[in-house]
Amino acid sequence: MNRPFKFSLLIPVLLASATNAHAARIGELTDSSIVEQALRFFTFQDPTVRFALAGTILLGITCGLLGSFIVVRKMALVGDALSHAVLPGVAFGFLWNMSKDPVAIFIGATVAGLLGAAAVHLIRHTTRLKEDTALGLVLATFFAVGVCMLTMIQRLPTGNKSGIDKFLFGQAAAIGAGDLKLMAVITVLAILAVMLFYKEFLVTSFDSDFARSCGFATHVIHYGLMLLVAFAVVIALQAVGVVLVSSMLITPAAAAYLLTDRMHWMLFLSAIFGMLAGAFGAFFSFLGPGLPTGPFIVLGATTVFSIAFFLGPKHGVITRWFKQRSRSNRIQRENTLKSIYHVLENRSFVGESVSLRELAERRRETLEDARIQSKALARHGLATLHEDGNQIFLTPGGWQLACSIVRNHRLWELYLTNAADFAADHVHDDAEKIEHVLGDEVVRAIERRLKYANRDPHGKPIPSLEDVQRGAAPRARREDSVGYGSSI
Amino acid sequence: MTQLIPAFDFHQVIVAPWSQDAAGTFPIVLMGFLVGAACGLVGTFLILRRMALVGDAISHSVLPGIAIAFLLTNSRGTLPMFIGALAAGIVTTLLIEIIHRKTRVKQDAAIGIAFTSLFAVGVILISLYASKIDLDQECVLYGEIGFIGLEEGITLGGINFSPQLIRMASVTLVVAALILIFYKELLVSSFDPALAFSVGINASVVHYSLMCVLSAVVVSAFESVGAILVIAMLILPGATGSLLSQRLPRVMGLAVLHAAMSSVMGLHLATWLDCSIAASMVVMGAFLFAFAWIFSPSQGIIQRFIRSKPKLDEPPADLPAAEKSAVG
Repeated sequence: MNRPFKFSLLIPVLLASATNAHAARIGELTDSSIVEQALRFFTFQDPTVRFALAGTILLGITCGLLGSFIVVRKMALVGDALSHAVLPGVAFGFLWNMSKDPVAIFIGATVAGLLGAAAVHLIRHTTRLKEDTALGLVLATFFAVGVCMLTMIQRLPTGNKSGIDKFLFGQAAAIGAGDLKLMAVITVLAILAVMLFYKEFLVTSFDSDFARSCGFATHVIHYGLMLLVAFAVVIALQAVGVVLVSSMLITPAAAAYLLTDRMHWMLFLSAIFGMLAGAFGAFFSFLGPGLPTGPFIVLGATTVFSIAFFLGPKHGVITRWFKQRSRSNRIQRENTLKSIYHVLENRSFVGESVSLRELAERRRETLEDARIQSKALARHGLATLHEDGNQIFLTPGGWQLACSIVRNHRLWELYLTNAADFAADHVHDDAEKIEHVLGDEVVRAIERRLKYANRDPHGKPIPSLEDVQRGAAPRARREDSVGYGSSI
Repeated sequence: MTQLIPAFDFHQVIVAPWSQDAAGTFPIVLMGFLVGAACGLVGTFLILRRMALVGDAISHSVLPGIAIAFLLTNSRGTLPMFIGALAAGIVTTLLIEIIHRKTRVKQDAAIGIAFTSLFAVGVILISLYASKIDLDQECVLYGEIGFIGLEEGITLGGINFSPQLIRMASVTLVVAALILIFYKELLVSSFDPALAFSVGINASVVHYSLMCVLSAVVVSAFESVGAILVIAMLILPGATGSLLSQRLPRVMGLAVLHAAMSSVMGLHLATWLDCSIAASMVVMGAFLFAFAWIFSPSQGIIQRFIRSKPKLDEPPADLPAAEKSAVG
């Protein structure tokens, strides 16, 4: 978290070495190849490169931090409306002294953004219109006023108009020393606010009723946050542009939201993702002449989001798919083991191997399916295959698992009939599902509750804990005719 | 400031556009009206279904669709542009739904992620292939309604109806016809999804059809008003209408009236201030909205103020809020 402080220390150094801060576009400086441009970027000799990079990274941090609160408060599109609404303020700021003065533009834009937020609030509370309509309305109207003013400004004969159109899509290369100072100030402000008022922001974001009952001034906190977001939007304008600022607020935070359940981690990750996206955008827009920075920053953020979306350890789509597949594979293996147990049990544990045909008949499957299943068991060390895979021998591990699944199943059936008064012919389906997920503790508790009964409702013996732990089929249990180890 | 705002010359601003420059003025005003009417009719349903911001998203994300269609066909043909925009609209709708359903990201954030990404792709394509795509970045944002009438088309009564104008007119007519034909389905599924389901209306077919119509309207409005101002065209007429009436047919009639008035007033504003015509039309549309907001006879601010004057036997002032939430 102290990274931004380091950057704010770096800035005076950058300022001292800056000679050509107001170069309009990096790409126009030379006509060099992409590789040369990339080299120039990474050697950081060019002051504009340093300015652009420092700027995009700073705003990545600010937007990432504040965006986290925006996303968990479900105000994502408020950021969008705010960012479009600042445009007339930018124009007013420019008109103040007919130049691109960072402070004047900052003040104008912030005021316009807050006016927009107030307009949304007013429309929502004095008409029947819903929030989405109010947001879209304010967004487009303010933007139109801004466009009117910008086209009027462009017609003016006087004034340094260069760069005013860059506010639409952003050009990091146009970031000057003054802009960078402002960005540093806002970043520090945002970090301080988040650190000092972390508890307030957290409580009001997740449970505003509770917060109000604890005596937090939820409205003050809400509008404080809006003010900070307005600041963030305004400093991001130059690099990302009016149209795409909302992405900086939403996308890194949403990516972080997919990866963690803790707010402080989300803030941290979101700030990191914002930085990455900013650096990504600064780099790619540097590669070619006239490439805008904003869209590349957005693509960087979207890339991060897609990675989190697909591969996130907890909520990732592909991760979940793999988990689901491995779970259903496990259940299938356990069901095969159970069938093998049933086959063995039906012949009173005479012989310790089961043929593929017996397994297939028991499971009502084709021989081929049974072969695939038995191979899966062998791969997991639960069984060994003999005679070209036609005979299946359970390993001790396989026996234990098979036995405990059957045990779970039958104990649960008995429990349902005894304790929950289910009819004996209604318990099988439920037991079929729960046998795979019952834990040891629960099984023991059920067993105790059932007073160590050894027959299930259908009269089949329930394997005991010793049976499970033995690791091999018992010598033919009740009929003492065939000894253990005799094979077919 | 005096340089910025020219003096108001009645003749030049109000009379001249309709006397000397009528041939140039009429197509622009007509185009503004057609765009506003088509968007307003679709937008009314968006507002009802609380999907105003999905409209926002689609209006941004048709851009990559158009850019890719340009790149693939190397032409500005109507058909590729429509197909590109339809595809982009459907992709956006799907993306929003996938992000929203498959993860715990809420719908608002999903909308924000989807459209900014697609719009970014569009802007990058345009700036990479600037020579091949006949669109510039500013045009994308606020359109060029002033150039709409320039291309040669059919001349009627001394006024040139350019191909774009004819296309927009047919789109508007098709939208109006579709709404007339499927009025019942739209109405029922917007107000009462459960009832719609029980009478056999497939909500997701209605939803996706509406999104397709929306994409088609947005892409045909794109050239004249750009990606962002079209949001205003979508929302303002319907919002203004619904401040003035509670009956859907009347709201839609008012939306069309709003489109016509803001088009005419916007042209005069742009003539006076010499600024972007499309943006002026939106500004005047917003002015009309503000007018309705303040003076609406049923729910305007003034009316509310008069009604909320405390009477002794009336419950306290926080009742309107409760009523509102009950309605919403």
